[in-house]
Amino acid sequence: MAVKGTDIVKKLPESGKKNCKECGFPTCFAFAMKLASGGATLDKCPYLAPNVKEELEDALAPAIKLVTIGPDGNALQVGNEEVIYRHEKTYFHPTGVALLISDKEDDAKVDQKIAKIKDLQFDVVGLTLKADLLALQYESGDKAKFEALVKKVCQNWDGGLVIISDDLDVLFSARDICADRKPLLYPITKDNIEKAIPRIKERPTPLGVRASSVEELVPLTTRLKEEKLDELVLDPGSSNLMEVIRDQTFIRRSAIKQSFRPLGYPTIGFPCYIAKDGLKEVLTAAAMVIKYTSIVVLSDFEEYTLRPLLTLRLNIYTDPRMPLSVEEKLYEVGEPDKNAPVLITTNWALTYFIVSAEVESSKVPSFLLVKDAEGLGVLTAWAAGKFTGDSIAPFVKRSGVEDKTNTRTLVIPGKVARIKGELEDALPGWEIVVGPREASEIPGFLPGFAAKLKS
Amino acid sequence: MDYKAPVESYSGSVREVTIGQGSKAVKIGGESKLAYNFFDEGSIPNPPRFALEVRDTEPDNWAPWVLEPYKDVVSDPVKWAQKCVEYGAEMVCLRLASTDPVGKDASPKEAAEAVKKVADAVSVPLIVYGSGDDKKDAEVLPEVAATCSGQNLLLGPALKENYEVIAKAAQEHGHTVIAQTPLDINLMKELNIKLSKTFPPERVVIDPLSSGLGYGMEYSFTIMERTKHTGVMFKDAMTQMPIIADLAEECWKTKEAKASKEQGILWESMTALSLLLAGANIVVLRHPETLGLVREILKQE
Ligand code: SF4
Repeated sequence: MAVKGTDIVKKLPESGKKNCKECGFPTCFAFAMKLASGGATLDKCPYLAPNVKEELEDALAPAIKLVTIGPDGNALQVGNEEVIYRHEKTYFHPTGVALLISDKEDDAKVDQKIAKIKDLQFDVVGLTLKADLLALQYESGDKAKFEALVKKVCQNWDGGLVIISDDLDVLFSARDICADRKPLLYPITKDNIEKAIPRIKERPTPLGVRASSVEELVPLTTRLKEEKLDELVLDPGSSNLMEVIRDQTFIRRSAIKQSFRPLGYPTIGFPCYIAKDGLKEVLTAAAMVIKYTSIVVLSDFEEYTLRPLLTLRLNIYTDPRMPLSVEEKLYEVGEPDKNAPVLITTNWALTYFIVSAEVESSKVPSFLLVKDAEGLGVLTAWAAGKFTGDSIAPFVKRSGVEDKTNTRTLVIPGKVARIKGELEDALPGWEIVVGPREASEIPGFLPGFAAKLKS
Repeated sequence: MDYKAPVESYSGSVREVTIGQGSKAVKIGGESKLAYNFFDEGSIPNPPRFALEVRDTEPDNWAPWVLEPYKDVVSDPVKWAQKCVEYGAEMVCLRLASTDPVGKDASPKEAAEAVKKVADAVSVPLIVYGSGDDKKDAEVLPEVAATCSGQNLLLGPALKENYEVIAKAAQEHGHTVIAQTPLDINLMKELNIKLSKTFPPERVVIDPLSSGLGYGMEYSFTIMERTKHTGVMFKDAMTQMPIIADLAEECWKTKEAKASKEQGILWESMTALSLLLAGANIVVLRHPETLGLVREILKQE
């Protein structure tokens, strides 16, 4: 897969023995090693012959090309993945979600969709989840109408675009309206590729390449690469979910395991064409997110379809190497005062994130004691003897919570109601209150509880 | 360079496990490739199975839209289970919520009799989950095993604290066992090793815990995917058991699922879809519409 420094050095000037140091490295060999690890770029060596430079560039390129769609500052980047399964490392560039607008839809519908992509945003644990692209489809047969749509969208939306048109003339005239945004032009096919190439080269933007199978993509991407067009996104033409799984898996395996360059690009999938019904469409999109697809195009979405889809994307693209536990200490949610509630939970990262998010959303500034339970959830921690009265009491003492607040009431998770007695024995001076069983019930519980504390 | 479809072959396979008895028997697992990789070499003799969940007490705290399909039957586990079969469930998953020591704390005998009634009344195999309290389950599940002797229930959860007594009863009375460990492949293997000293591994189904979408689903996804990898790719005998994804409760308790019917169904559907793609052999669901949707979407045309 990745090219080795020892192979690169042979290609450097005088077979890597020039050692003139102009690249900033003491030897060609040091430079080669740095290149291989991604810590240096080829342009630092002024003595590379153009053909050697090209060859090395190719060898050093990532297995899957990074493609950028959209204007600077608001662009979507897809590709540059390094693994097939997320547990092998992580996935890097989350699937872009695109909303389709056809020029056959009436003005009201178009306005509504533009408003939707802007308004439907969800905040979760410090992140904002939102859709990424608008995909504009030429269907009306009226070029002027489509151009008007592209203009309107450009005025009202500052994100990236996909331009979809089987009519090349329309495709490129739309491109000319928004070329500065680096739209993805779709589809380039075996039937239009030769006609399209000179037009593309006028103002190159990313290209969506469509074929009727994975194999048939190969000559197309090879041809485009010859023309130095390599900002490509692949559509193998899958017509149902099972074909999607097969085609996406084959593309990913070819790129990663076989370093097969002609398929080393991100991909696009169209739940909007494969499934018409809203819920099935979004489930198809969900399966595509899991199965390696870099961009999914939806015919429409609502809050109740977009939220689960974006949550799924967040889950799948979360780095599995992240530690599963957080530090044991006293956390402050908001700015708790001397009478603020004190809650306790365990240090499994997920438990911590969920509990702190729920405390936050209940808008009651609070102290949250997070007890080291070796990264276990509340119930498992208790079962493992790591969240018991005897082990919690000393932690409460050393956490310093007693200096920060006058509150001497501790809320324990409802799931471990049974430790109330032993904890009261172990922690004289404190009253123990059994809180909700589920974190989701905290916002219902905390405001009333805090009011009682203050009174 | 020519393209050659990167078809893969695998050296291992998942054990085939039978649940239920006689005309009710259903096979799960047995696959010699990764889930939904129908294009690779090997076979998937048994499709994943869809179970619907029943409780032995009336549920509290359920969102109205997930209670609605069962509103006439929630006080009667037998009718409730039959309703699940009508809705297309290939298995029924009976949860003995009544036995929870912090709840009703029903006796093992009471619970076992209720299980027997349900098992006798439905035409599909029965999965039985205790309350999850290891001490109580150690009393309840053996009683269930004895009362339903010979029915080959899928019984659990057997935990590292109580697997011995549960496995012994299951062995004596011809049942299959759910071995449960918390989101950790090494703990899973450890428990399977211990279990298989006295209990046949072809009668074990593993439950690595299923978290809901947005609440740690990715951990479950990856544990399941890795379990299949080590089993099917690397032939690790202690990860070659079929997987049960008991996900309904974890989905429906979220505020997102409680926000609206559509979102609730999608929350459950997306979790199920993800875990099926990761390799789950049984999914335990709650809403019949989830079952219909996920089954339809994963249909192999
Ligand atoms: S500039 Fe080029 S030739 Fe000189 S040391 Fe660096 S790699 Fe070698």
